[in-house]
Amino acid sequence: MTTPMPAPMIELRGVSKRFEKAADSATRLVRRVRGALGAPVQPQIVRAVDRVDLAVARGEVVGLVGESGCGKSTLGRMVAGIAPPSDGQVLYQGQDVATLDPAAARQAKLRVQMIFQDPYASLNPRLRVSEIVGEAPRVHRLIQGPYDAYVDAQLRRAGLDPAYTRRYPHQFSGGQRQRIGIARALAVQPDFLVCDEAVAALDVSIQAQILNLFMDLRRELDLTYLFISHDLGVVEHLSDRVVIMYLGRVVEQAPTEEVFARPNHPYTQALLAEVPRIDARRRRFTAIKGEIPSPLAPPPGCHFHPRCPHAFARCSVEVPALLEIAPGHRSACHLNDR
Amino acid sequence: MTGTLEVRGLSTHFTSRAGVVRAVDDVSFAVQRGEVMGLVGESGSGKSVTGFSIIGLVDPPGRVVAGQILFQGRDIARLPEPELRKLRGRHIAMVFQDPMMTLNPVLRIDTQMIEAVQAHETVSTAAARARSRNALGLVGIPSPDERLRAYPHQFSGGMRQRVAIAIALLHRPELILADEPTTALDVTIQAQILAEVQGLARDLGTALVWITHDLSVIAGLADHVAVMYAGRIVEKGSVDAVLDHPLHPYTAGLIGSVPSRTPRGERLPGIPGMTPSVLNLPVGCAFRTRCARATAVCETDPPEFPAEPGRAHRCFHPLVAVPA
Repeated sequence: MTTPMPAPMIELRGVSKRFEKAADSATRLVRRVRGALGAPVQPQIVRAVDRVDLAVARGEVVGLVGESGCGKSTLGRMVAGIAPPSDGQVLYQGQDVATLDPAAARQAKLRVQMIFQDPYASLNPRLRVSEIVGEAPRVHRLIQGPYDAYVDAQLRRAGLDPAYTRRYPHQFSGGQRQRIGIARALAVQPDFLVCDEAVAALDVSIQAQILNLFMDLRRELDLTYLFISHDLGVVEHLSDRVVIMYLGRVVEQAPTEEVFARPNHPYTQALLAEVPRIDARRRRFTAIKGEIPSPLAPPPGCHFHPRCPHAFARCSVEVPALLEIAPGHRSACHLNDR
Repeated sequence: MTGTLEVRGLSTHFTSRAGVVRAVDDVSFAVQRGEVMGLVGESGSGKSVTGFSIIGLVDPPGRVVAGQILFQGRDIARLPEPELRKLRGRHIAMVFQDPMMTLNPVLRIDTQMIEAVQAHETVSTAAARARSRNALGLVGIPSPDERLRAYPHQFSGGMRQRVAIAIALLHRPELILADEPTTALDVTIQAQILAEVQGLARDLGTALVWITHDLSVIAGLADHVAVMYAGRIVEKGSVDAVLDHPLHPYTAGLIGSVPSRTPRGERLPGIPGMTPSVLNLPVGCAFRTRCARATAVCETDPPEFPAEPGRAHRCFHPLVAVPA
């Protein structure tokens, strides 16, 4: 593993993101009436990401895993600078992005690019490939030499034939579109890629091709990745380190081998046990009880305690801290200091 | 032995201005009572159209142009609609990827379930309600009495899919066709539903055709598997045989594309190129343009070569099965 001696490439310190549920007209009416009567209603708040600390070292691939609604995409958007955090700091190479002057902040943002899940929704259908890929580097004056040659090089690097530059997105398959998205992200010469379920929408054989491309690019361009996925097989294959989230909080993080060999948090254990694997035949599926609670009303204490087979009294009262249980292995579970 | 379902030489074609699409082309397989059969393929392989063809839900311009669909020994491929309606829901049920294809968003669950019961049987509303309640309990929905009075939007995605499965179970059908029912669900919820479904096939003797793109789900759930590519079954057999010793290069490539099989950080063997357009398939073996083993003979149509009993493939140059 890479030793994080210099300042990490990206560091999150106590980062939170809150969303307020938009009130419909009936709710607004109730609020007005109750407000007039002197009993104001509290707005409903979702803590999509709740005080998360995370550091990603240069050259590292960090896999971020969790089920729907756990906040992994929101976390990725904050890292990529698309969504500002409600609380906490995002540091790029040791500097708080919020305190940088506008020009430096723009530079920092440019170095972190994002690849999206849906290759159909993330490309402008009215632009030709050459515009989709070349627009940002032109605006940011990154192109030395002829524009077309620059775009061609970007496409070739993403495994696309430069003969296609005059085409529109609808003329491509899903896998090719994802390559266009990758070419667009790399065109501004980033050193950090946030991949948000970047292969989830692709067929298995195409998914393998794109994963290979990500690994080749990592070697070629010395890229650092935050790889967000619900697919543990993909994350295991690609990542140096794995971070597991549940309902807005990080419950465990450790080097990949460590997580898969010695999962500590009961949620991680359950998640690993339930992943269908190609070499597990006619197994008897057993499932963790219950569903993921609504993020509007998360359970108190440890968010996982209502579904946890080992929960005890303290779990429903006190939020467990993310503590180091082995070198580089952190887990947020009260069982560890029982 | 007559299985619950035997499909023989099924072909379903779609006629469009651009030409004829052979969505399903000479497909044959059988499913026995209490058995789970996995139908695996990537998008456009014809796996879903195969399912729709069996239950008679192919809409024009699609048409079943050839083959037999033997359900408990009776050919239902060309049954008139009124006859099909008697089968559908009662003897053969289908579960879709999106449970809202089954559920009506403006009706309460009880209304929909009672209607489904009474569509096939003359029973009192009270009895139909009791049966609906039991079906919800069977698929693990907590407090079913209360949930019967809810509307579909009041359920989570996983719970909605359970309701759709409960509706499929109302008449204890002999055959359930499940088209990617857990693909949109989270891992823990998927595991819950797979657990329920597995128990049902075991306890009720229901035959199950599980249509999916996910080899890992098939590995854990199915007894037999058929792999589809460009409208054809390229390989079929027991799950262990097919996944451990694939004969068709496409199956091998598909297995090689699954990340967990290769050591970390290594390139995935995978499959080069992409699925050809269904309108413009290569002559002969549709996979030959992506296949390292292809030769001139592959430009002719590969027939179904039987291997061991219950095992067959469509490849002139099969990979040799290495004894374990």
